[in-house]
Formats: sequence, structure tokens, C-alpha cells
Amino acid sequence: MTSIADRIEGPPLADGGTKTASDTAAVTAAPAITIPAAGERELRLDLFRGLALWLIFIDHLPTNILTWFTIRNYGFSDATEIFIFISGYTAAFVYGRAMLESGFMISTARILRRVWQIYVAHVFLFTIFLAEISYVATRFENPLYSEEMGIMDFLKQPDVTIIQALLLRFRPVNMDVLPLYIVLMLFLPLILWLMKWKADVTLALSVLLYVVTWHFDLYLSAYPNGFWAFNPFAWQLLFVFGAWCALSGARRMGRILSSPVTMWIAFAYLVFAFCVTMTWHFPQLSFLMPRRLEQWMYPITKTDLDVLRFAHFLALAAITVRFLPKDWSGLKSIWLRPLILCGQHSLEIFCLGVFLAFAGHFVLAELGGGALLHFAISVAGIVIMSGMAWVISWYKHSADKSAKKKGAVGNADMAGGG
Amino acid sequence: MRSAVLGLTLLAGCLAVLPARAQDTGPQAPAQAAPAQAAPPNCEVPAYLLTSDSTLTHVADAVKSKGPLNVLVVGSRSSTILSSETSAYPAKLQAMLKEKLPEVPVTLSVELQSGKTAEDVAGNLVKFVEAKRPTLVIWQTGTVDAMRSIDPDDFRNAIDEGIAALQKAGVDVVLINLQYSPRTETMISGSPYLDSIRVVAQQHNVPLFDRFAIMRHWNEAGDFDLFSAAHGPELAKRVHGCLGRALTKFVIDAAHLSPAQQN
Repeated sequence: MTSIADRIEGPPLADGGTKTASDTAAVTAAPAITIPAAGERELRLDLFRGLALWLIFIDHLPTNILTWFTIRNYGFSDATEIFIFISGYTAAFVYGRAMLESGFMISTARILRRVWQIYVAHVFLFTIFLAEISYVATRFENPLYSEEMGIMDFLKQPDVTIIQALLLRFRPVNMDVLPLYIVLMLFLPLILWLMKWKADVTLALSVLLYVVTWHFDLYLSAYPNGFWAFNPFAWQLLFVFGAWCALSGARRMGRILSSPVTMWIAFAYLVFAFCVTMTWHFPQLSFLMPRRLEQWMYPITKTDLDVLRFAHFLALAAITVRFLPKDWSGLKSIWLRPLILCGQHSLEIFCLGVFLAFAGHFVLAELGGGALLHFAISVAGIVIMSGMAWVISWYKHSADKSAKKKGAVGNADMAGGG
Repeated sequence: MRSAVLGLTLLAGCLAVLPARAQDTGPQAPAQAAPAQAAPPNCEVPAYLLTSDSTLTHVADAVKSKGPLNVLVVGSRSSTILSSETSAYPAKLQAMLKEKLPEVPVTLSVELQSGKTAEDVAGNLVKFVEAKRPTLVIWQTGTVDAMRSIDPDDFRNAIDEGIAALQKAGVDVVLINLQYSPRTETMISGSPYLDSIRVVAQQHNVPLFDRFAIMRHWNEAGDFDLFSAAHGPELAKRVHGCLGRALTKFVIDAAHLSPAQQN
């Protein structure tokens, strides 16, 4: 019995990560996928998804002390990568089993129901955003920023704006993750169906799509102009890679992951990324950066999931998997409980986090933002997120259980909420 | 899901209560702000934000030959203050350059390109240069593109072409990036445009006046409260005064003028 994959994450390939990943995929013969049985939960996944949610929340607030604890300040990748990878992993894990047990139709139906839930959540957040921005627009008078206030002009034609928002083409800042998630989940049935056939070929196709996206500059357009801030054609790579790890990849990569060479390459790359990011925070140091390297490296785009970002995530993942064993006793400790609970109900907590970031902005604007208030708002937000996760958990395990003796609730729960 | 909606509704309720509380504290805020406005603004800029590897050779030549130093500022609405243009940073820059370089006749003109993207402006730059014959073009850009979320690649190409044209026309160029605007941070995503400007400045060896970092520094150091909503034109004037002063120092340093050439 293989448990939920001994290793949750991918190979720590320093540079050209994607290329080598496809090589690995091509070399290894593809056995039929093996879905681990529904044993105990992989708490590390919940832990890191919870952490990603906290970090996303903090990054959405204006810069404050806690911002310095978020990983984007110390390397190329950030919490979004963790969130999308783990989402791919858990989605494949839950619905992959459903596909084996109940067939393509049933699992597709369940995935589509999930997509609908995410869509409704997104629209709900959009209404809150509209309320906030309308309030700011009518109250804010500062001649210094008269130009920037032009961003509110879309309020002059709400008919178009709202319809474009429902079509996912108009997305305010900080509301880009859910539309990406919706598109990725829409393609999950296809991904799983291909994986059932040949997992490694699916991953190779995903890499191919990523390369083609970069080569031909594919993107989805947005309203009123521009493009999706997270290009789904590029970001699918992380999602599919997560799915691949869940379905068999992680287990087969065990040897690569436990090799010391891998570890040192990953370390070296993380240190390199750390040094580079330091030159962003302390422009005094930027003279240390060779100009050739800068010209080759920049810009490191988040929109198209730059290879440097992907490689950074892989390196982080490899180190994490190596030094944080699945059966680490700390995972059961009460101190990590809030993080794990948040990770277990990711959709709800994600939405709550986006809402709290809006609300936090609002409070700061009204009360005049001192550093202390900033800090208090960040901490309060995290406490509210954890509290809410606990309440949802209670609903799942107590309230709902007594309402109906058995139901399909359990599985959706593992994909990050009901 | 259901429970999340419930929770969010409760929180939305809390949100609704806030404006009332904000109004309570409202009347006190101007009283606190008044003495600060009377005091002269303290807006030091750390040296690293005002150093550049690139050199303004044409400016240096103009100063050496005591010839006219013609500056042209091309920018969007954030390069002016509505209804008090003389307090905006371009006017301040001219006044301070004159003060620092008393032997050099300094002229300055402003081409305001409100609501135009970098691509729109780039096409007109050569025309401006032919009309005004500047020694130095200061190009403030990025805000309009960020607000319209123009494709950063297109934006980068536009400033790339604009700068190439200016350099071909034989003028020095200084780039100015976006304002730091904490209040609209949730609505305008500036970072791709800030990055693009930095990259292009580096490629063309053009000094970048990092207005964003400078203003953020002032906000964090407590020199200015850029977050608060309750400000009249006074704050804008003081910020522009400080920007003008910093920009003057930046231009003089980038031209590597010896103290003897300055006042």
C-alpha cells in the first residue's frame, strides 16, 4: 500500500527545470497510475497550503512588518506557486480516485460542481470589491493622486464592467487567482483522463504547452485591455505537475529527491535567488550584480510563470520534502493546527483572506495607517482566518454529520473544502 | 461554502459599521495635520536612491560651455498639480537648477500627455525634440499604462523605442517611474511597469529617477502620510517641492558636474 506518495513534491532542478522534467518523463516508462488509498491525510499538504493562504493574505495587505516574513522577499517564487501546486496535487488525488472508482462521467460532474462553487465565490468577492472601490472613489480627494484616481472610471459604465467581470475578463488587482483556478479545474477532467492513459505523456504535453506559450506568446485577453495576470497556459504546468506527483510521480522521484546532489543543487539555487532578491531590497548592493546576468535574467515574469520561478519552487519543495518527513510529530502539534485547518478549507479561507485584505485596506485608510495598526490588522486577519477554518471544520465533522449520516462530503473536503 | 458565506456576511456587517466610526475620528484629523503643514518638509532621500551609473554627457557639455540648458519634461497628469502648475516638480526643478547653475541659462518646458500610453507618447517624442531642441528630456511614464494594464511587453517595447529615438536625436534622457500610491495599490498593479522601466533604463544606460522608491521611502520614514484620504493641495505641493529638489540633485550628479561648476 503506497500512502499518499512518500514525497509530495518535485525534483529540485536548478535551472532549465522544465526541460529536465520532461526528459525524466520521457525516459521513465509509464506504468498505469496508482491511486493511493484514502488513508490518513497528508498533513504536509494542508500545512503548506494553509501557509500559502496566510502569505497570500499578508501580501495582499499594504506593506508592513509581516510582509518581511513572506517568501517572495527571499526568492523568486511566492505563495501562489505553492497554492497552485498543492491544488493540483489534491484535486488529482481526490478526483483521480473518483475517476477510477466511478468513471469519467461521474468524476467530471463532480469537478464541474466544484468549478461552479469557485465561480460563485469569485463573483461574491467581486461584489465586495465593487462596494469598497465605490466607497473609496466617492470619498478620496487628493490632488497628488488625481491621475491614479482615474482607475475608478470603470464605475461610470457598470453595465459593461459587471458583465465583463462575470465573464472573468475584468479582474481587479488581487482577484486573479480564482479565475486561474477555475480554468485549471475546468480542464482537470481532460488532464485526469490523459493521466489515466499515460501520466508521463500528460506531463510532457503540459511542458510542451508551456514552451509553446512562451514561444508564441499565447495569452487570454482581459477587459478593458491587457491580459490575464496569471496566464493559464503557463501556470497549468504547476497544476499538472502537482497532479502528476499525486498520481505516481512523487513516489517514482523518491531516489532523485533523496540524493545529496539534488539537495546541494537546490541549496545553491536558493542561495543564489536569495542574493539576487537582496539586491532588489537594497539597491545599494545592485552594483554587485553582473550586468550580463541582469540582462539575461530580467524581467522575471510572474504572469507567464518564469522558468526561474518554477525552478525556485522546485528547489524549495525538494528541500522541504527532505527535511520535513511525512510522519514528523510536529504536524500533530496544536501550534500548527490553525495552519493545517486553514489548508484543509482552502477555498473558503482564500476568499475570506481576499475579503479581509480589502477590509484591512479600508480600516487603514479610515484610521490612518500606523505601523502598529498595520501589524494588528495582519494578525487579526490571520486569527479570523484560523477561527473560520475551525468553525467550518466543526460544521463538517459535527453539524453536517448529524444531519445526514453519510454523503459525498468527505472527499470534496480533501480537495480543499466543500 | 455555506458557512463561509455566513462568516463573510457577518464581516461585511462589521465593515458597514466602520464608516460611522471613521466619521467620529474625522474632525480630529485636520487639527493634528495643521502644525505639520506649517513646518518645512523634511524629505531627505538616501544617497543610493539618487545615484546612477549612467552619465548625462550633453548636460555636462552644456554646463561646461555655459551654453543654454534646455530641459523638456514629457509626462502624464502626475507631472503637474491641477490649478497650481508652478508648484509642480518641473517648475521646482527649473528654479533649483537656475539656483545651482547661476552661469547657465536654464529653460524648461513641459509636454503634458494626459491619458496617453507610453506607445502614444513614444511616437511624438521626436516631434517634441524638433520643436523644443532640448538638451535633456525627462520622460515620466508608466502610470497610464499600469492603469489600463497594457501588456508589459508592449510597454517595454514602447519605452525602448522612445528612448532609442531620443538618443538618436542626440539628447540626454532621464526616466521617471510611477508615483507611490498606497491608496490605489489594490486597484493598480504597478510592479510589471516598474520592472520594465528599470530594465529599459539599464539597457540604454539611461538614469532612472526612482520616484516610486523615493516616495515610498518618505511614506515609511514618516515625512509624508501618503495613505490618508484627508489632504488638500498642500500635501501635493510639498511632495512636488521635494521631488523637484531630489530630481535637481539627481540630474546634477548624473552629469558629473564638479562643485566648481555649481554654485
